[in-house]
Amino acid sequence: MEDWKRNGRAFWTLGSPATFWLVVFFLAPLAYLLVLSFSSKAVIDGQVSVNDYAYLTGIDNYVRTLNPDIISIFLRTLWWSALATIACLLVGYPIAFAICFMPERWRPLALLLIVLPFWINLLIRTYALKTVLGARGLVGGSLNAILEPFGMQADIIGTTPAVIFGLVYVFLPFMILPLYSTIERLDKSYLEASLDLGASQFQTFYKVTLPLTMPGIVTGLILVFIPCLGMFLISDELGGTTSWMIGNVIQSQFGSSNDWPFGSALSFVLMLLTIIVLFIQWYVQNHSKGVGAQ
Amino acid sequence: MATQMKPGVGPLEYGRRRWLQALFAVTLIVLYVPIFVLIAFSFNQQNRGGVWKGFTLENYPKAWQNQSIYDAMVNSLTIALVTTLIATVIGTMVAVMMWRFRFPLKPAYEAAMGLPIVIPEICMGVALLLFFNSTGLMGFFSAMVWPFNLSTIIIAHIAFCFPFVAIVVRSRLVGFNKQLEEASRDLGANEWQTFWQVLVPYMKPGIIAGALLAFTLSLDDFVITFFTAGPETVTFPVKIYSMVKTGVKYEVNAASTILILITILATVLAMKLQAPEKSGH
Repeated sequence: MEDWKRNGRAFWTLGSPATFWLVVFFLAPLAYLLVLSFSSKAVIDGQVSVNDYAYLTGIDNYVRTLNPDIISIFLRTLWWSALATIACLLVGYPIAFAICFMPERWRPLALLLIVLPFWINLLIRTYALKTVLGARGLVGGSLNAILEPFGMQADIIGTTPAVIFGLVYVFLPFMILPLYSTIERLDKSYLEASLDLGASQFQTFYKVTLPLTMPGIVTGLILVFIPCLGMFLISDELGGTTSWMIGNVIQSQFGSSNDWPFGSALSFVLMLLTIIVLFIQWYVQNHSKGVGAQ
Repeated sequence: MATQMKPGVGPLEYGRRRWLQALFAVTLIVLYVPIFVLIAFSFNQQNRGGVWKGFTLENYPKAWQNQSIYDAMVNSLTIALVTTLIATVIGTMVAVMMWRFRFPLKPAYEAAMGLPIVIPEICMGVALLLFFNSTGLMGFFSAMVWPFNLSTIIIAHIAFCFPFVAIVVRSRLVGFNKQLEEASRDLGANEWQTFWQVLVPYMKPGIIAGALLAFTLSLDDFVITFFTAGPETVTFPVKIYSMVKTGVKYEVNAASTILILITILATVLAMKLQAPEKSGH
């Protein structure tokens, strides 16, 4: 690798457009968001202004995030994201395993089939899911047809399981991909040796396969958990009025509630959570001995 | 455990375990049924209600003639194309820069480049909304004629797409034999010629894969578009969002089907282009 000083012109030419974009259209907005999270709406002539802010007035907005309602939404977001992530792992691990042990010519197709829905627009998929689960949809309608003779009625849309199912539906490929790439590179002779030496399938899985594929598991957990945290679309479309996640609160602060400073503070708490999660991943990744996930 | 196995299935032949095959099949069904239902209903005669009334192709020309759906679709595709072009160029350039040079604070620079990929989309969306509003760029661009009124969205899309391009191109560059570059210089080519005639052809599969990735990411994006769109601008995902809220017509299914086809085409193309590269290593 060259030192940048040896060919400064090439260095600047190649790097400056992207750096400009990153600084002006990403880092600066984030910095401004941080400033606004410590600000409040300006009071002009005794009136609270709509668009003007008094900058850096204090930590009021962060104190407001400690409101029990907001805390319970944060906890709900964490809890639902965790449930969805665990569900993705429980479904995704066996599937990644199955794909890895398929005949080689089938593997690319199997992987493509799993990944393809991920490329389809999130909104289209959410809409599709809503249609199917809806009271007149394929699943929701059939459920009601079964329940009808018993005088019962069920509405899947608007329930907590619907939201969690939606999260799993949308993010499952994020779990399967890193798991697949880890399991694929796992030296299968370890499994063979373990079985030969008398370990049961369960012991082999628990003592050999699982520890060796841990980095893939951790990557998968992160890739599902983080986008779940910031999601507002699924809870909006598939959940009811009581199933707001933190993303919905942020969206409403920047929309109908029009309290941008508070919304900024919530965004930063969300980012902080993300960074904590990434730090845990970094820590685990550096302290385990499995097959790398990337 | 071993005694429960079927005869003929070896201990390591997990691919032939019935329960794994069943789980795989069920997952595929769950993943695809909603999408197929959506596509099927794009051929439904009756316009609302979720009941199948018979096959028709009418929804497609109707979607084409529905001005708001048409506009939204054209906007989405325009944004995706412009984003792809710019994100691919600057992403590729910065990939070469990071691959070639040692410079102070490089790890911090790389971390900053990775941030748009890892932070929740909604945070980036609101930050950009705030930025565009307070700098007056939102009003400035919204007042312009098409397609310049899409600028805020395009700027935002480029910001989250180019790091992906940079990652893809850089991973391609790892396999580059630097002696090729030296040979080119020895044979009298200047920096510029070496870049265009040696490095760019080598990076080509990575550049194309990165471009297709940027295209699908941009076309798929809802969250950031939702926050950065001007008051008058509607893109396709945002259009569906509002139509789902108000009750949907099957024209939306027709337009969605077209969008799904475009996305699948781009994805399969990207995978095809990347496949031979793997066997080459």
